Amino acid sequence: MTVIRTLDKDKMSVAEGSYAVAHAVKICRPNVISAYPITPQTHIVEDLSQFMADGEISNCEYITVESEFSALSALVGSAAAGARCYSATTSQGLELMHEVLFNMSGMRLPVVMTIANRAVSAPINIWNDHQDSISQRDTGWIQMYAEDLQESSDMTAQAYKVAEDKDVMMPAMTCMDGFILSHVYEPLVLLEQDLVDEYLPPYEPEYTLDPKNPLTFGAFADPTAYTEFRYLQQQAMDNALPKIEEAANEFYEIFGRYYGGLIDEYETEDADIILMAMGSLVGTIRDVVDKLRAKGIKVGLLKVRTFRPFPAEAIRNAIKGARVVVALDKNISLGLNEGALFTETKASLYNTKIDVPIVGRMIGHGGRDIPVKTIEDIVEEAKGIISSGINTESKYADLKEDLL
Amino acid sequence: MKSLFTSGHRGCAGCCDAMVAKFTLMAAGEDCIVISPTGCLEVMSTPYPETSWEVPWIHSLFENAGAVASGVEAALKAMGKKGDTKVIALAGDGATLDIGMRSISGAFERGHDITYVCMDNEAYMNTGVQRSGATPFDASTTTSPAGKVSYGNPLPKKNMPAIMAAHGSPYIATTSLGYPKDMIKKIKKATEIEGPTYIHAHAPCTTGWGFDTSKTVEVAKLAVQTGLWPLYEMENGEVTKVRKIGKQKKPVEDYLKMQKRFKHLFKMEGGEEQLKLIQALADKNIEDFGLE
Repeated sequence: MTVIRTLDKDKMSVAEGSYAVAHAVKICRPNVISAYPITPQTHIVEDLSQFMADGEISNCEYITVESEFSALSALVGSAAAGARCYSATTSQGLELMHEVLFNMSGMRLPVVMTIANRAVSAPINIWNDHQDSISQRDTGWIQMYAEDLQESSDMTAQAYKVAEDKDVMMPAMTCMDGFILSHVYEPLVLLEQDLVDEYLPPYEPEYTLDPKNPLTFGAFADPTAYTEFRYLQQQAMDNALPKIEEAANEFYEIFGRYYGGLIDEYETEDADIILMAMGSLVGTIRDVVDKLRAKGIKVGLLKVRTFRPFPAEAIRNAIKGARVVVALDKNISLGLNEGALFTETKASLYNTKIDVPIVGRMIGHGGRDIPVKTIEDIVEEAKGIISSGINTESKYADLKEDLL
Repeated sequence: MKSLFTSGHRGCAGCCDAMVAKFTLMAAGEDCIVISPTGCLEVMSTPYPETSWEVPWIHSLFENAGAVASGVEAALKAMGKKGDTKVIALAGDGATLDIGMRSISGAFERGHDITYVCMDNEAYMNTGVQRSGATPFDASTTTSPAGKVSYGNPLPKKNMPAIMAAHGSPYIATTSLGYPKDMIKKIKKATEIEGPTYIHAHAPCTTGWGFDTSKTVEVAKLAVQTGLWPLYEMENGEVTKVRKIGKQKKPVEDYLKMQKRFKHLFKMEGGEEQLKLIQALADKNIEDFGLE
């Protein structure tokens, strides 16, 4: 199944990406929202503030904290007390939360947080890439990346569904590209309360901070027990893989919209060349695929929707028949000169019988525009790899030599 | 009065934190939720799978007790479960005066209905007696050691109660392990007042300060009797009650000489001058708070 949208025109409106997400949060009935403003996430928390000011979210407290660190810290307390919680951040704010991210997942608190993806400084840059969230990949948070506004909104409800599942109980980041998605207006269907109520039951945690049943949260674990806590977290991530698929399928049944579960494939079945990517870049590639297919070039798109847990098996199955794979990354691991999607996809092929050449191209960092031409050039280069092998395994796709 | 902090924890003999925790829960009773940041108390009271807490308790990080407490309180309110439940942060001085400062400031500015109790043993004891913002002038710690050209910590103790008062708290009090009844009474009062309230509890640490494990209370009393740790209450920014020293007034030497962290002052050249500076600090407290 590939992206399906049965959009009822009567229900459609034009909204900004941030508004669509804020609206989705409201419809998911949060008990505590805690956030600190930072560009380009700000519109989300402003819209939520307005909903609060207009009395549109009941049984909810909005904590206007003094930093991103406290935004997530407050939610540690709220979630442990049994509340459904929400925050949003980006870039430096997300990096400031780093320590709390581990804490949240270690205590198995299923908070959902939107990341309006943005580059990290220095140099300071407010535009989009994925370095901020990718840098948090080992913190034990589920990470999902949305292609467009409708998906950013719908992913919010799906993330709660997965995170709060008793077999998972892990926090989730729903990532949307800063500005490219957060500040853009598109026609979409805003989440409807009755349908979300059908899809997402109230959060009923097994364990809470309750004076009638006193429990100790966040105990100190020495070497005799720490490993087992970590093992159980990994097990929860393993459990999340099928749950993410289920959440997407169930969402389709109720809302009629599907974007893929862990991954989504477009024209990959007979593709010689597969381009893989996350976020809004997927939309651009989709158009390039259409254009090149019309010219008879057998190119396909693999959209990676879930980056943590990493869907290695789904990715292997999707790319095993290709003659070359190009992973496009809006992030770099400095010192390795590779983007994370490339590194991890490549690693997932090792020790298997799948022998597909794979290269990585880093693209669109710090908000640099990604024109169709750049993707076409990458496809052209990929053709050369099929005929004469890999020349450069990983590199920046669009370096301006005159600036170096 | 029953304490819901049980025995069998792993604190040192004469541990000040265990005593403050015990008194806090005596004051608060069953209907409370306790938040403790990283520190001795957390480590010694919750070695998995054991716990000393008979009330709901959560440890998060070193620097976020104020924010976590805010979140607990907000969640209870949002879900209609707040009732009379007391939300209490119980933290050491490093977590309070230093790394956790921002988060406490935010919580108090926002006016959450929480009580923050600082167990002030005047250094980072859990890490091995390093200097904190609460370490007094001339105390020798492992990061402010006395040496050939140093009398120990060169900086005065940060005035945390005054900082908290500036946040507009309805109730702030200092207390001391030397006066358990005073401590229980003030913590109880703090938890019963709506809004963010702050208790700064002076808590001598036998290990970090270097005195006999049976002397915790005696040392604590001397800090008060010398004027180095004045006991007072503040309501809405004004000092409303002070515990007078009266005839019990003692010279600072009586307090300092009991502790290894100050022993260099009695041996080093120039130590006498330093003792005069410390006496001046005590005298200023006595004058400022009208302790005589």
